[in-house]
Order: sequence, then structure tokens, then C-alpha cells
Amino acid sequence: MVATPLLPADYIDLVDPLASSADLRGRIVSVLPETQDSATLVIEPGRGWKGHVPGQYVRLGVDVRGVRQWRAYSLTSSPDREDGRISITVKAIEDGLVSNHLVHEVPTGTIVHLDQACGEFTLGATRRERALFLTAGSGITPVMGMLRGAADLLDDVVLIHSAPTGRDVVFGRELRALAEEGRIELVELHTDEVGMLNPANLGAMVPDLDRREIWACGPTGMLDSIESHLDEIGLRHRLHTERFRPSVVVTGDGGTVTFTETDATVEADGATPILDVGEEAGVLMPSGCRMGICFGCVSPLREGAVRDLRNGEITTATDGEEVLIQTCVSAAAGNCQIER
Amino acid sequence: MTAIQKDPENPLAHLSREDIEQIGRELDAIRQEVLDTRGEEDAAYIRKVIDSQRKLELGSRGVLLFSLFPPAWLVGTAGLTVAKILENMEIGHNVMHGQWDWMRDPKIHSTTWEWDNASPADLWKHSHNEIHHTYTNVIGKDHDLGYGIMRVDEDQRWVPFYLGQPAWNLINAFLFEYSIAAYDLQLGKNWKGRKENPEFQLKAKQVMKKIRAQMKKDYVVHPLLSGPSAPTTFMANVTANLARNLWTHSVIMCGHFPEGVATFEKTSIDGETRADWYVRQMLGAANISGSPAMHMMTGNLSFQIEHHLFPDLPSNRYQEISPQVKEIFERYDLPYAEGPLPKQVASAWKKVIRLSLPNDFGDQVTSVPGGIARSAASTAGGLLGKAKNFLRPSKDSSDDTLAEVTELTSAGERMAA
Repeated sequence: MVATPLLPADYIDLVDPLASSADLRGRIVSVLPETQDSATLVIEPGRGWKGHVPGQYVRLGVDVRGVRQWRAYSLTSSPDREDGRISITVKAIEDGLVSNHLVHEVPTGTIVHLDQACGEFTLGATRRERALFLTAGSGITPVMGMLRGAADLLDDVVLIHSAPTGRDVVFGRELRALAEEGRIELVELHTDEVGMLNPANLGAMVPDLDRREIWACGPTGMLDSIESHLDEIGLRHRLHTERFRPSVVVTGDGGTVTFTETDATVEADGATPILDVGEEAGVLMPSGCRMGICFGCVSPLREGAVRDLRNGEITTATDGEEVLIQTCVSAAAGNCQIER
Repeated sequence: MTAIQKDPENPLAHLSREDIEQIGRELDAIRQEVLDTRGEEDAAYIRKVIDSQRKLELGSRGVLLFSLFPPAWLVGTAGLTVAKILENMEIGHNVMHGQWDWMRDPKIHSTTWEWDNASPADLWKHSHNEIHHTYTNVIGKDHDLGYGIMRVDEDQRWVPFYLGQPAWNLINAFLFEYSIAAYDLQLGKNWKGRKENPEFQLKAKQVMKKIRAQMKKDYVVHPLLSGPSAPTTFMANVTANLARNLWTHSVIMCGHFPEGVATFEKTSIDGETRADWYVRQMLGAANISGSPAMHMMTGNLSFQIEHHLFPDLPSNRYQEISPQVKEIFERYDLPYAEGPLPKQVASAWKKVIRLSLPNDFGDQVTSVPGGIARSAASTAGGLLGKAKNFLRPSKDSSDDTLAEVTELTSAGERMAA
């Protein structure tokens, strides 16, 4: 009433961007290098933060070159931190827009946007007497979250972690200290020397494999091979996995367009605007000028890639994102999902 | 298609099809340059403007709590006026155009923005972004040509109602935000069958709701919060809204009404290419020259030509690309309509007054046979149609170039000039 057409919160945001509970945000308080291409970001979450369970991840939105980008990162902090802060640990991947920004560029004090924590890759409520963690690269992050935040649920832990060299092990010092204290049994596989983990060797590496609950997190290839091996030896039901979706979207010329609300699926070529594709399929598409100027047709791209027919520019969205595109000047550049 | 280009009165007559397509490519290249460099600095710019505007509005409203003291009234009213103008022009209008959608910030996005104006964002986006920007200056299609209450082109049929248009326009200026709301509702067209028009009913309800909320804030809540200063705070809000209305009305009149701006026939846009559309925008808008502060207060609509060519580029970039755009105009011998604010406002008003009379009014009075060349011009149709009511590019064109139009327009115009 006082602030119309804005909300009072819009004015409070001017002074305290963390106060809003409707729009959850956080402030980066420090960026601590872990290895040469990874860093831990300590974030003070806004008032609406509801906490997390060790192993869960958080979706984080950060402006890179002026554009808001959302990515999911495992929480590596214990939920019991006294200062109420949370941390994520990011590994810069080659050509990774967001990961490189977070590891190498982002200044402390930056305001980031957050979703509430989510994810099923957790220890569960019951005590786990014998646990086996199989991780590789940044796959260690949710497991570190569990080791830090749920130690009381874990008695006997074996961690087999793969990294190119000893220097590339994220949290290397902390893990080795835990091993020295006898809290975990740590096996580091330095893959530059010994190659990738061969799941067939697990039996030899972990004699009581069949009595352990198993959590695995790492590249898709590794998870697939672990899954099929455990399937063969009848331990598939003991396995929990967390897959970091690759943020690379396959682009091409045309593709299958799915309109998720209408539940229509159409093959589209690379020259027909998605607006036309949708209308022909009987989808109720908002439209306007049909020439790219009025923004009356914008619709959410949930996954996949589209090409701007005016200049060939590709816009992508990966799982969970909601990128608004102008459907009248965008054609499918690969399979894509449009929320209409 | 080529007939119109041979027409000596058409400012596009000297351009070949290839020329027009080349202009399109060159304008696309300018657009691409901006897209390629659009980023952090632009994002910081709009956030800064929004941040400053909100602080200015809050501060001014705060000062007005003590508006019983004349200096507080003056400062607060001036601040609130500027804040309201910035909110409508540099922020609201441009955000709703989708100029900042690329940031993917849901708080600064064309789909979510609501502005401090009587017209709800949804209605405005339809009538402005879609109708006006697509059909710019096409007679019968672009309702901005006279807003349905005025005749601003010779080719709009004269009816006696238009005799009063200088008065309509003045009233329009004072009540501009409500005029816009009425206009977005197409009140004139829809009024008759309003009871049987559920879509209109719904939209009208939306408008009334918006107006109520706006009025409550400005004329009830803010004065009440001012305690003993309530009456003066009330007057401060009236003044700020009025000043904002007069200013935005003037700026917007300057966009398409001054002499030197071309209009187009309905049939002329059949089969129009992207390049044709660009050229129509080039000829259909006029700029205002002036200081950086003036550009800011017009929401960079002082770069109306650049805005019409690229309605979705961030407003802070129009000034930067303006010399490149101007260079294309010069190279292709097209007139770049531009002038300082007072001149453009006067020119627009002159037109409103002149066209309140029928085209042949002068003929009847003075029997000057001026309509012949003009009617010849108006029968030619074609691709870019008829850019008429147009000052042919002439190096010495200035205030008095109206004389030059006489062969193309009627003597009635001469009288008004």
C-alpha cells in the first residue's frame, strides 16, 4: 500500500539484501583456495535459510558478466557451524563460466542468490556402522559435508578417492589428518599413475564390501561402471549415487521440442521459430510482434538449447534453470523443453 | 513496388532494393556490436539508476513529511517529481521493453516489472511494445498517431471533432498517465459495447485497481503519514504527478509528431522485410538534442530513432551508437530528424493545431491550388509506402522549411506556419 507498485521489501533490499525471506540471498564472506583450481566459498546466508542435511546441495545464482547464472554445489560445511555460515567448494572446470568466476574472480562481499538446500544424497536418519565412500575429483564435496557434519552417524568409514595427483586432492590435508586420527580409512588413487578406479577391484580393496552401505559421487563414467559392477555382484541396493549433471548442452540444428505444460512433443527444424512450432502443435503460446522486438512471447526454456535466428547466438538451459527466451526469433538448436 | 521509389516526393525514391537491404545489414551489425559488449558495466548502470531512484523517492517522501515548511515542500516536491520521471522513463519504459531481460534478474525483467503509472504494465506492453513499435507510424495501425483523439497526419480523415484537438492535447498533457491507461484500454473504441465485452471489463477492472492503489499511496497514505503536513503533502503529490505528466507528454510528443517525421500507408507494409522495417523506423521517429541530464530525464527517448531501431538494446547505449546510426543516414542521404526540446515541442504543437483544420481549409479560404501534387503522392502505394508529410532532405532545412512542403502538403499548412 505504501510502496505500490513495489513491495516494502524492495526498499529494504536497498539497505539489507539479506533480510528478505521471499528472495533468499547470501553474502560471500571469504574465498579460501583449496587446490590450484578449486576454492571454498564461505557464505553468510540470508534470514530465510532453513539449514541443510550433510550431503545436500544448494543452487546458487551469481551474476557473471552481468548475467545471472545458476549452478548447484554441494554444501561442504557442517550444519552446526556456530556462525551460521555455509560453505560450498567449487572446482574450476575447463571453460566453465561460473566455476572459474567463483574460484578465481568473485570478490568477497558479493551478494549471491540461493535456493533452499535439497538433494537425497544423505546418510539418512539411522546410524551407519560401516560406510564406503567412492569419490573422484569434486565428487568429494558432498562426502566432506557428511564427514564434517554427521560424524556421529558414522563409525567405520572407508573412503576411496580418485584424483590425478596427490596435489589435486581437494581437502587433501583434512582427509589425511582424519585418516591419521583413525576416523576414516583413506585410499587415494592418483589416477595419473595408477589409472581410473576399476570397480572389479573393490572386493580386494574392501574385504567387507558386502557389509557396507555405499555412497558414490564423481564423473558419470565412474558412477556407471560402479553401478553395473555392484549390480553384477548383487549389491546394487546398497548404493547411493549423486550425479553432477554436466552443464554442457548438446547443440545442433533443430531437435525435439517438448512443451512441458501441454505435454506435447514435436520434431522441429533449425529454422522454424519455436513460437510457430508450438502453435502448430496446438500449444497455447503467448505471442506479440513476431519479429523479436516486443518481448510479448517470452517463455521459459527449462532445458536444452535454442538459436537466435537473427544472429545465430545460442542460449542454453540446464536442469533446474529457467531461462526466458523470445520464442518468435528462437529455433531449436538441439532437444529442448519449453514450459508452455 | 518500385513505383513509389520513382515518386519524386518519396524520401526513399533514390534507394534501390539492394541499398535498403544493405542498410538493414549495417544496422544489424551495430546491434550485434552492442550485444557483444553488453555485460557487467551495463548491469551496474541500471542497478545504480534503480538504486538512486528509489533512494531519491524515499528521501523526497521523507522530506515531505515536513512539507508544512515551504523549503521542505519545494525540495521534496522537486525530488519526488524527478524520481517519478526517472521511474517512468529511464527505468519503467525501458525495463518493460525487455532491454534488461538479458541479465536474467527476475527483479529487473519485462515479465515482472510494474511501474508508477496508472496504466498496468501488461496493457502498456501490448499497446506500446507490440502495436506501436511494430506498426510505427502506419496510419490506421499505430494508435500512437494521435492516440485516437487527435489528427496528426494529413492522411487521417478530418472530422469536426478534431477542431478541438489543441484543447484535447492540453488536457491530455495534464492527465497523461490516465490518458495512457484509457488509451491502452482503447476506451474510445470499446466504450460503446463495453457491457457485452468481458475482455474489456476485465482489463478495465485491472486499470481501476491500479489507479486506486496509485491514488491511495500518493493522495491518502503519504499525506496521512505527514500528520499536520497532510494538506501540503497532498499538494506535493498532485504537483509531482502533474509535472511528471507534462514532462512525459512533451517528450513523447517529440518522438513522432514533429515536422520531418514520415508516416506510412497501411498497405505499404505488406511483405515488409526486416530491412524495410528498419528504414520505416529511421524515418518515423525524431530525436531531441541536449545535455546528458536531459537524455537521462527522457529515459534516453531523446534517442528516439535509435530506440525505434533497437527497442531491446539497453538505453544507456543509444547515445554511444547514435553517431554510427547518423552516419548511415548521411551516407544514404536520409534525413535524421533532430532538434532541441523547445523546438521539437513547438513543432509538434504546431502540427496538432494545424491539423485540427481540414487539409483543404486553406484552399477554401485562399484558393491556392496546393492539393494536386499531394493527392498524386497519396495515391501511390508501395513497399515503404509513402513517406509523406515529409521534409525532403535539404541542407538548409530549419524551422522555416515548411515552405518547402507546400507542394506536397496543403495551403492550410502554410497558414498555420
